[in-house]
Amino acid sequence: MIFKQLMVCICLMFLVSCKTKTLNLTKIEGKEIPISAELPPDQDIANFIKPYHDHVINTLDSTLAYAPETYSKDNGTFNTAIGNLMADVIYEQANPIFKSRTGHDIDFVLLNKGGIRAPISKGNITLRTAYEIMPFENSVVVAAIKGKNVNAAMTYLSQSKSAHPVSKLKLAINSDFDVVEALVKGKAIDENKTYYVATNDYLYNGGDHMTFFKPNDSVYDLNYKLRNAFIDYFTKVDTINPVIDDRFIQIK
Amino acid sequence: MKRRDFLQQSTVATSLVALGGLSLTSFTAAPKTKKITVLHTNDVHSHIDPFGPNDGRNANLGGVAKRARLIDKIRLDNPNTLLLDAGDIFQGTPYFNFYGGELEFKLMSKLKYDAATIGNHDFDNSIDGLYAQLPHAEFPFLISNYDFSNTIMDTHTKPYKVFSKDGIKIGVFGVGIELQGLVDIAMYKETKYLDPVEMAQDMSRILKEQEQCDLIICLSHLGYKYNSETKISDLKLAAATKDIDLIIGGHTHTFLPKPTIVKNIEGKDTLVNQVGCYGINLGKIDFYFDTNKNKAAEGTSIIV
Repeated sequence: MIFKQLMVCICLMFLVSCKTKTLNLTKIEGKEIPISAELPPDQDIANFIKPYHDHVINTLDSTLAYAPETYSKDNGTFNTAIGNLMADVIYEQANPIFKSRTGHDIDFVLLNKGGIRAPISKGNITLRTAYEIMPFENSVVVAAIKGKNVNAAMTYLSQSKSAHPVSKLKLAINSDFDVVEALVKGKAIDENKTYYVATNDYLYNGGDHMTFFKPNDSVYDLNYKLRNAFIDYFTKVDTINPVIDDRFIQIK
Repeated sequence: MKRRDFLQQSTVATSLVALGGLSLTSFTAAPKTKKITVLHTNDVHSHIDPFGPNDGRNANLGGVAKRARLIDKIRLDNPNTLLLDAGDIFQGTPYFNFYGGELEFKLMSKLKYDAATIGNHDFDNSIDGLYAQLPHAEFPFLISNYDFSNTIMDTHTKPYKVFSKDGIKIGVFGVGIELQGLVDIAMYKETKYLDPVEMAQDMSRILKEQEQCDLIICLSHLGYKYNSETKISDLKLAAATKDIDLIIGGHTHTFLPKPTIVKNIEGKDTLVNQVGCYGINLGKIDFYFDTNKNKAAEGTSIIV
């Protein structure tokens, strides 16, 4: 018993004296080690990843539809085939959901050119394609805005000099980039009417300086990811056939 | 005198004698050098596999299995190693879309990460999505300036943790970036952002004075630096605090040629480091301690 007490005591004193004996930080060495190609993998970790990897790859590479051409956002001036496809798909996929929830139809769709993150290449369209063109998790939002704000959106589009994807909209601008004609579903914009505009949550919240979604009468988050809308559309169709048309043009 | 009292008194006396002998042999002879290795990653963004051979910028770089092998080797050299991550573990490859972060946390647990902080992208499946993956993480999340009390994450994070390696106490705390304007409020819900400078000052005081730490490390997702005058960054945090030896940063995906040395509020050196993103690099900082009293005056040499 004496021995035990003695040991505890010695140990305690030892610890205390070590602490007070000052530990000095004398040297710091910092470097960065690249995880390079030559570094061999840990086989246990690699084996653990494999089933996850194989499932992801097999699912991503399964064919959903076919693209007869390559469609890029740089192919077109004020409207592009890929942008037209994306905006039209959002209308086609989101409108039935919106209508069943609210009784209203979406009036038009507005996305941003920067949101097209990759081209659709000629050949098979896979799940991977959907992740490439839309890697972000943004979802479809419908804002109920007054015609006044719709006109602000038209001014924004005319000044942006960029092929922002639109659907159910017809916009013509002149060489000074002023609006010549703006039609929603073929009709002139009424300043006092409420329009249901589908976009994504990023743009709704002012992304790309799109400030015209606020103020609004109401806003509906469809909890439908844009990527999932594309995936659902690609699953539904056999071959896509988007074209450049006259929905957004400049008259010289 | 009772027998018990006598025993206690004699015990103290004997131990003091013994101590005198011990300190002579263990402290005045050859001074022992202790080495603590701190390994770190940031903004790995779900990059589990190495980049493919056709990747424009990072061909064949990265990969968790390779990182695991490298970490094993370093731990074999020095078992007194800490492995830390500065946040944005989630989002960036289909692994996250498919498994919601499960694989990321499982692998970090297998690699025996000691702690991580939370980045803005770790809210990408909302705070509920982060919470749902916690059972897969066998390491603590350290964050001092997010008040989660009105959220599902309440009690599932700690402001700091003290590690003990070879008798050296290492205090690690975390700070996160302001979420408002960066993350949809529907995602972070009622998470309250507290001033990171105030919290870092609090944390370093607690770790230094109360916990008596020999080394203090801040895991930060604030970002390395900004052009904005007002926005807080790692460089500003380092200059506005004291007693922090190392800030391990993230968020800005900053590749540094070497760790940055910043003078803190007391004019002492603080190291700020960040290793880019996507797990293509591993940061390694070695701290050498000496128990020789005479060395105190010589200060710390920093080799970066």
